[in-house]
Amino acid sequence: MTATDPVVDRLAAAAPLHALLTPTAEVRSALAAQAAAAPPSGPLAGMPVVVKDNICTLEYTTTCGSRILEGYRSPFEATAITRLKAAGALIAGKTNCDEFAMGSSTEHSAYGRSFHPIDRERVPGGSSGGSAALVGAGAVPAALGSETGGSVRQPAAFCGVVGIKPTYGRVSRYGLVAFGSSLDQIGVFGRTVSDAGRVLAAISGRDPLDATCEDRDPLPLPAVPENLQGFVIGIPKEYFPSDLDPGVRRACDRTIRLLKDLGAAVRDVSLPHTPYAIPTYYIIAPAEASSNLARYDGVRYGPRPAGAVDVRALYRATRGHGFGAEVRRRVLIGTYVLSAGYYDAYYRRAQRMRSLIAQDFRNVFDRGVDLLFTPSTPTPPFKAGEKLGDPVAMYLADIFTVTANLAGLPALTLPIGRVQGLPVGGQLIGPAFLEDEMLEAAFTLERSVEPEAEA
Amino acid sequence: MSVGGGWETVIGLETHVQLRTRSKMFCGCSSVFGAPPNTNVCPVCLGLPGALPTVNGQAIRLAVRAALALGCEVHLRSIFARKNYFYPDLPKGYQISQYEEPLATGGGLSFTSPERGPVTASIVRLHVEEDAGKSLHDRVPRNTAVDLNRSGVPLAEIVTGPDFRSPQEARAYLLALKEVLQYADVSDCDLEKGSLRVDANVSVRRRGDSELGTKTEVKNINSFAFVEKALGLERDRQIATLEAGGRIEQQTMLFDVKANTVRPQRSKEESKDYRYFPEPDLPPLVVPDAWLDEERAALPELPAARRVRFAGQYGLPATDAAVLVQSRLIADYFEATVVAGADPKPAANWVMGEVLADVKERSGTLRVTPERLARLIDLLKDGTVSHSAAKQVFAAMADNGLGDPRAIAERLGLIQVADTGALGEWVDAVLSAHAGEVARYKAGEVKLLPFFVGQVMKASKGKADPKLVPALLKERLGG
Repeated sequence: MTATDPVVDRLAAAAPLHALLTPTAEVRSALAAQAAAAPPSGPLAGMPVVVKDNICTLEYTTTCGSRILEGYRSPFEATAITRLKAAGALIAGKTNCDEFAMGSSTEHSAYGRSFHPIDRERVPGGSSGGSAALVGAGAVPAALGSETGGSVRQPAAFCGVVGIKPTYGRVSRYGLVAFGSSLDQIGVFGRTVSDAGRVLAAISGRDPLDATCEDRDPLPLPAVPENLQGFVIGIPKEYFPSDLDPGVRRACDRTIRLLKDLGAAVRDVSLPHTPYAIPTYYIIAPAEASSNLARYDGVRYGPRPAGAVDVRALYRATRGHGFGAEVRRRVLIGTYVLSAGYYDAYYRRAQRMRSLIAQDFRNVFDRGVDLLFTPSTPTPPFKAGEKLGDPVAMYLADIFTVTANLAGLPALTLPIGRVQGLPVGGQLIGPAFLEDEMLEAAFTLERSVEPEAEA
Repeated sequence: MSVGGGWETVIGLETHVQLRTRSKMFCGCSSVFGAPPNTNVCPVCLGLPGALPTVNGQAIRLAVRAALALGCEVHLRSIFARKNYFYPDLPKGYQISQYEEPLATGGGLSFTSPERGPVTASIVRLHVEEDAGKSLHDRVPRNTAVDLNRSGVPLAEIVTGPDFRSPQEARAYLLALKEVLQYADVSDCDLEKGSLRVDANVSVRRRGDSELGTKTEVKNINSFAFVEKALGLERDRQIATLEAGGRIEQQTMLFDVKANTVRPQRSKEESKDYRYFPEPDLPPLVVPDAWLDEERAALPELPAARRVRFAGQYGLPATDAAVLVQSRLIADYFEATVVAGADPKPAANWVMGEVLADVKERSGTLRVTPERLARLIDLLKDGTVSHSAAKQVFAAMADNGLGDPRAIAERLGLIQVADTGALGEWVDAVLSAHAGEVARYKAGEVKLLPFFVGQVMKASKGKADPKLVPALLKERLGG
């Protein structure tokens, strides 16, 4: 028996969640090898971390939940992985996700759906659902996911764990398989704000391999303040629509009262362009995706169907078989909005709207607001199959999270209560590169909130 | 078919030149030509999942220098864009290029049109981009092989306005462009290695029309000689089409060297809509002010200015100046020879003659130092060696790379003999050996004199001073 066996046992016990794509036997041997090579000390010494399958690792395959990368082994690993290892963490396998991170339920994985750790009939959220479910089930203390429109925060909220999406440019994207490059950012899951924050600190900081990664030192972890005195927290009215789930609303109201009790000044604010966030996102993200996914053509790697008579037929067969319906839908949308004659009407206008959405946030933060508090999701975890036939309903699951991606801002979710036994998350959104203040507030709130209490 | 017939040809050129960097545009792989297939590759230029581009600053500096050499306005902030299309040698499914906001715009390049004389072509834009890989259709039977060594090699694309009125003009511009880029040390412009490639937009219109006709794009032109050929073929095709009452379709034409034709690219091969959009993996390209100053300082005197100076400063004919200035290396060599003491005109003659012949036909390098060439020219000037002897000395210096020209001339016995005694012996020997010719000369056939001179030179193995020989001959022949 080695030191890493209990992790493998916990992962094996969580197998019914279908959250881990790596066979546990492979995890066992890979962990043993890593433990032998790991630095004896380090901020994350011995911490097992599971990784979403769209982040390149040398240890396991990197399939992005897609048939088109079935069996693909990356010859290099993501900067975030190298840094985790340098900090002493152990990479404990790859987790299930919606194909190429496109989805909000992990139902769009080519390898089958993952299950919610509390209620098997429900989804763990997505696209980083496998990572969220394993942290939620207590199999690992922390996990990596990725965000393009909420793919860490939404499943974290669903699974009752902490999820952080850093500022765009805080963490290197080198080795994160691209979906929407101007939105993508590696994010972290943790059982606690501390676990998530420590992992984020370890992977953050400048990287010469990613030109969009800011030239900044790694994030320092803040001390936990006594209370929230001096914090001004804005409550954006657009995030509390009349059709918000009543349980989610009750949990949020309770948390807002708690914020006041902790000494924060709570202020009503408005982010007027919020209603345009989803349509803006569903132009920009698919546009970039249609280009980012062009490389999967069967020429250099990945499965190649036999019998293609020419290169066009090869492309058609490879991509037709290799991509699932949701990926195909987004590639089509993205191709359309970038086409000559439509570019100005869609892509250019969406970029303009994106600037307005970012400006909304700056306006609020420039007027003395330190952080925003909102629900993380409009509903508690939904049932498997519930939104599968209705893409727009699925897209709306990210309504409160996409704005931070469009504006490039740091945001996190932490559990703030339960509705009929299911977790509800509350979201903090902060100004760019002020993760430390956001984490201070989260530490303080986490200490007082009752995540298991029915709202 | 002839041009004329009231038609005017309008041509614009898009030239891709490989920037002389050691590594690729967006990764650290070597950009050197000729490595075994798929050896200069990494996750970035292979387009592997998760890899990201980072900009090679040296490529940007060279592109800035090229833009300055072409009189362009360099934009301190420009935007990379993705040009999307599917092709097996394009690993990412898009090429990183520039589109709406290029690195530089609004320059010009003067050149001499064979028809119109001095003309300035407008440079509409210059942008940086990465090259694609290479599809090899003849390596594996019934399959296409892909070599990605070239994938990601840095290119500058230089786009002119529709400023050329004949295929010959287009070629003259390209030669001038090559000259400037080689001078600026931006690119070696080697067509063999594919480091200069040309696409052309061609249209024709009735002479006097102000509106442009429908254009076609001619691709696949990979030699200067083929530029005229391909564009001439396309011009003739368009005129014939229009004269037969047809109309020109906007399409891409491929030049086929073997068949000596231009043919339309199969519609399946082309993708008109490249769905350009700003490259989200790269922030706006910001050129530091200092780079602009440094690259401006790194610019040498450019060919046009140098030609004017050579004609003025050295009193050379314009044609000599043009030949010498074509290559920066040769022009520098000429000037070094003059600095070493040679008179400009003989130095020019030697450089354009023996030196260029040695470079082109034999060694490929400059084998005789300018100082030695200058001393050789001196020996010729003061009559120490004859012209033909000097050529022998030059060849000897080039071949063994050693020795002072005078020492070589002495060793080879080529020092010119001005001593009338020795000359007299050669003259007497020649006259006695050619009694018939002597008789004819004496009978009035004086045009035989050069024959005798030649024979004397031959007998002396070139050592006789040719300036003294005729007088001596006339004396002996009593003429």
